Amino acid sequence: MKAAAFAYLKPASLPEAFAALVNPHAKVLAGGQSLIPALNMRLSSPELLVDITGLPDLAGISLQAHSIKIGALTTHAQIEACELVRKHVPLLAQAVRHVAHAAIRNRGTIGGSLALADPAAEYPACAVALDSVLVIRNKATERRVKAERFFKGLFETDLKQGELLVAVEFPLAKAGDKSVFLELTRRHGDYAIVGLAAHNERMVFLGLDSKPVLLQKKTLRQTKDQLPRNPPADLYHSSATKRHLAGVLLERAWNTP
Amino acid sequence: MEHSITLVVNGTKVSRQVEPREHLIDFLREKIGLTGSHAGCEHGVCGACTLRVDGQIVRGCLMLAVQANGCRVDTVEGLSDSKEIAKLQKAFHEHNALQCGFCTPGMLLAAQDLILQSEKPTREEIRNHISGNYCRCTGYQAIVDAIEEVVNGSR
Ligand SMILES: Cc1cc2nc3c(=O)[nH]c(=O)nc-3n(C[C@H](O)[C@H](O)[C@H](O)COP(=O)(O)OP(=O)(O)OC[C@H]3O[C@@H](n4cnc5c(N)ncnc54)[C@H](O)[C@@H]3O)c2cc1C
Ligand code: FES
Ligand code: FES
Repeated sequence: MKAAAFAYLKPASLPEAFAALVNPHAKVLAGGQSLIPALNMRLSSPELLVDITGLPDLAGISLQAHSIKIGALTTHAQIEACELVRKHVPLLAQAVRHVAHAAIRNRGTIGGSLALADPAAEYPACAVALDSVLVIRNKATERRVKAERFFKGLFETDLKQGELLVAVEFPLAKAGDKSVFLELTRRHGDYAIVGLAAHNERMVFLGLDSKPVLLQKKTLRQTKDQLPRNPPADLYHSSATKRHLAGVLLERAWNTP
Repeated sequence: MEHSITLVVNGTKVSRQVEPREHLIDFLREKIGLTGSHAGCEHGVCGACTLRVDGQIVRGCLMLAVQANGCRVDTVEGLSDSKEIAKLQKAFHEHNALQCGFCTPGMLLAAQDLILQSEKPTREEIRNHISGNYCRCTGYQAIVDAIEEVVNGSR
């Protein structure tokens, strides 16, 4: 369980980072809470790790005119502790409590989680439910992508080699908005068996397919009917179990005031 | 290529050469001789390698030694010598909260982290906070009892 050899660089500026990321065998290292396990298990063996944790442009949470902007390097622990998030992005504040365990939350970042796009992760579903915007940069330009178009498939996103996710913008909650985050796990902090990030009419499931599954809210019956017929089974739960549990969460969200 | 790193381990400044692939847990165990923190699963699941870096608990197997350059690292040895976790250790002993002891250093660091950040955590909150630490012997009940006794200040 030891990683293969690689070189390590910790750039102090974005231009320096982009110059290093020109190498097609380079990989971005943020909190390392998903990448280092993959290296240890030798599922990945990059030539170079570019540690982005020294880049100030990717840090911090700020209140903008219409959104809360969260820098890619913000850790799960920082999001949980943030008053601005609690006040303006209640769905995310509910969801973050389910992300991993204390020691992992101190290092794992929102940018890393979104860039990884694990189908059972909490943030991607929240980003889709809230119609958030991901801010992506390469050495020349910045582009902005809606969450719905960012997640393409199993661990697959719109990010291209040489690009960095710099921040994510969550629209500010309005009076009367209803946000409910629910998930089922065997143990607190584990990845979800299945979960639901619901914001008003947008109901987004995690753990149900290779990427977040967005359903439009209709009647309870009609919404339930839109659930995928045969969601992929995981190691412990059959497809039928997953579909059943998704229905249970939908009802719970329905009955949450 | 090796990198030279300087960090403060349990209050003592150390400088060494490390390969980028060297994990912080292995660096501490093999280069510094601090074998209190254990390497179990080595992919972030069991919590046996829990350390404190700049005051926050982390997985020693999910951090590279080179990333700890300039950091302050505390291990179970340091927290034992300073007596910071003396009450927890006594409670673990009295409640039989350890058998083989493999998980115990990580468990103590996770428990101490909760004690530092929470006034009077409930049993549920204690369980949540140690959810990332596996114990294959005790069944957890005694561990939660021991932590609860310390947080309730009955000693
Ligand atoms: C035991 C355990 C349990 C966990 N449970 C959960 C859970 O319940 N829910 C959950 O969501 N996560 C969970 N995680 C994963 C954790 O949340 C990770 O922190 C997160 O998935 C990745 O963030 P990171 O900063 O650690 O990224 P890293 O591991 O550093 O990187 C992950 C990937 O993203 C890329 N990357 C990182 N940052 C950027 C960026 N800014 N731009 C472009 N690419 C980037 C990296 O190249 C890599 O491919 C768990 C992890 C462990 C070990
Ligand atoms: S050895 Fe680090 S979590 Fe298991
Ligand atoms: S005492 Fe043996 S693993 Fe916990």
